[in-house]
Amino acid sequence: MMNRLDVLRILKKHITDQIVISSYSTASEWIEINDRPLNYFSHGAMGLGSSHGLGMALALPERRVVVLDGDGSLLMNLPTLVSIGRAAPKNFTHIVFRNGTYEANGGHPIPNPNTDFEAMARAAAISKACTISNTQDFENKLQWLLNDEGPLFACLDIEQGPLGPRDYKEMYRPERRKALRVAVGADPA
Amino acid sequence: MNAPVAAQDVLHGLSIIDAVKKAGVEYVLSVPDLHTSQGLLYPIAADKQLNLVRVCKEDECLGISAGLTYGNKRSLILMQYTGFLYAMNAIRAVACEYRFPAAMMIGMLGLEEGVAPKDSKKFGLKIIAPILETMEIPYELIDTDADIARIGPAIEHAYTHSHPTAFLIARRPLAS
Repeated sequence: MMNRLDVLRILKKHITDQIVISSYSTASEWIEINDRPLNYFSHGAMGLGSSHGLGMALALPERRVVVLDGDGSLLMNLPTLVSIGRAAPKNFTHIVFRNGTYEANGGHPIPNPNTDFEAMARAAAISKACTISNTQDFENKLQWLLNDEGPLFACLDIEQGPLGPRDYKEMYRPERRKALRVAVGADPA
Repeated sequence: MNAPVAAQDVLHGLSIIDAVKKAGVEYVLSVPDLHTSQGLLYPIAADKQLNLVRVCKEDECLGISAGLTYGNKRSLILMQYTGFLYAMNAIRAVACEYRFPAAMMIGMLGLEEGVAPKDSKKFGLKIIAPILETMEIPYELIDTDADIARIGPAIEHAYTHSHPTAFLIARRPLAS
């Protein structure tokens, strides 16, 4: 069992020009330790972060897209695994934090905290899938997760983080979405 | 002997597809819909100029469509009216509040011929236009070939001004 902040600090050391998509609790911690134009924050329709990421991966095939998802979020958009498995973008990495709770919604348990997300990803034709439960293993697998041909999937077992309320307004400002467009060359600087 | 169908009373799927492509659309995101299956989705699947992304549920389309805009790629979301209703929160959040462009082509399966959607006797159909109006989403009724000319400008406006737009496919499109 890992601490999410520890995981994110390790991830920060390896992140360069990838687009990182996050939402809710993960997003509020990621922005604290690595605020950058190449971040995208999915909000308002829980679970759609991976779908935003799929679209970006298809549109920007030369750029790695890393989605930081939650187990509750993935369950709200579980079909996304099948869609990703079929579209099979080579530049797509899906990391799911499993703490067994809807942390952003008060810490209630997900319907079945023992759900095997790695098995679900494999069943959806995402063959490069793993489960990681300690930080050393995460650090060892990071180069693979960030560079190997996708789609890749990793379920990270973490402990529950602090419960809200969190202030999401700052990360969802339209200026941030504009900054990402500039950073990827969709809009002029 | 059947009465001949007047030229103005037909809707050709290939003409719709041509209008969509001329509007710069490169991707079609879709859950199959019986209403547009033969006339649109099968021809789209066979069209080498269009990338068809098959998804499981309609709300996925809103996220994918938004993501594609970061590569300046335009997409068409093809779904049935039931899928539109299913995806309501995603449409509200991504397209209406975040103001990502989204071009939604909505199959009005079961709409009575010659009847405006609002006047349909079918509950699921008659609520679609009022919902679009409440959400301030502009829409066009596409019933015959004469309506197809409105598709391109509406997509162009949606992508130029970053807002959702919808096309209600009233008559079942022909596969030609």
